[in-house]
Amino acid sequence: MSTDVSAQSGDHAHAAKGPGEDHSSVAGYIWIGVILAVVTFVEVAVFYIEALEAVEVPILVILSTAKVILVVLYFMHLKMDHKALTWLFMSGVILAVFMVSALLVLYHVLPRMALSL
Amino acid sequence: MAHAAAADHHATNTGVSNFKLGFWTFLASECLFFGTLISTYMVYKGTALVGPYPAEIFDVIHTTISTTILLFSSLAMVLALHYLQHARKNLAILWLGVVIAMGAGFLVMEFQSYQKYIGYGLTLTSSTFGSSYYVLTGTHKIHVFFGMLWMGILAWRIHRGKIAAPQAEQVEVAGLYWHFVDIIWIVIFTLVYLIP
Repeated sequence: MSTDVSAQSGDHAHAAKGPGEDHSSVAGYIWIGVILAVVTFVEVAVFYIEALEAVEVPILVILSTAKVILVVLYFMHLKMDHKALTWLFMSGVILAVFMVSALLVLYHVLPRMALSL
Repeated sequence: MAHAAAADHHATNTGVSNFKLGFWTFLASECLFFGTLISTYMVYKGTALVGPYPAEIFDVIHTTISTTILLFSSLAMVLALHYLQHARKNLAILWLGVVIAMGAGFLVMEFQSYQKYIGYGLTLTSSTFGSSYYVLTGTHKIHVFFGMLWMGILAWRIHRGKIAAPQAEQVEVAGLYWHFVDIIWIVIFTLVYLIP
């Protein structure tokens, strides 16, 4: 039997915000947008600067992860929303990262190790 | 009247709106869907026996501009929701229009890239790189196109008075979809275009 979100109390009711509630100021959203654009340009700069070639991959991974976190927390409002939604989404993200990593190890890392033996 | 008022509220079994809970579950499953496509691209990366190869054809500056357009469309989306929640429907419609325009700009730029790559001889069947690249980025573009249609329908419904501040959750959920599409492109941009 379903009930009304607005009838809930405590943490759940706080997390499941009703319509008309403010999440952040317009200026805050614009700042996030500007930060995302700046980080993108930094990524491209890292791509072109040859001196950073050795650390290029970790820097790019860290910067793109930071961008994803900013979008999820502020534009998708997970920072203010119910914790269950964070765990739900993170379960998909973690499984996807594990799958990509496992396949890369299986197809790229293990064959090279086998060749070097 | 009472029925209409009840419809404005959000049904829940858990304390979280069922609509939002269901949609976040869908987004979690989309992570795995795109995870498989990204895995395929990464596994086949560097295995193509015939060219053209990524480093020969990718125009990073062009893709950076389209990426920035998509990032700013997320900002427009969140502003559309903000203004709808504050009962300023004309501004909400305007920003949804900006989302659609930016989505269209992104797609036009990306199809320009496709045209160029096809001119270089990279097609869906030319190599493992071509197959995995077009399937991954093409699936993302289909998502962008679907999102644009969704925003158009929402703008029309707001214009007709079917969606107002009490029904803002409908726009919030569409926004979740649009931001997710943005997130996927952030990952694709790094893994496909920037990481050598």
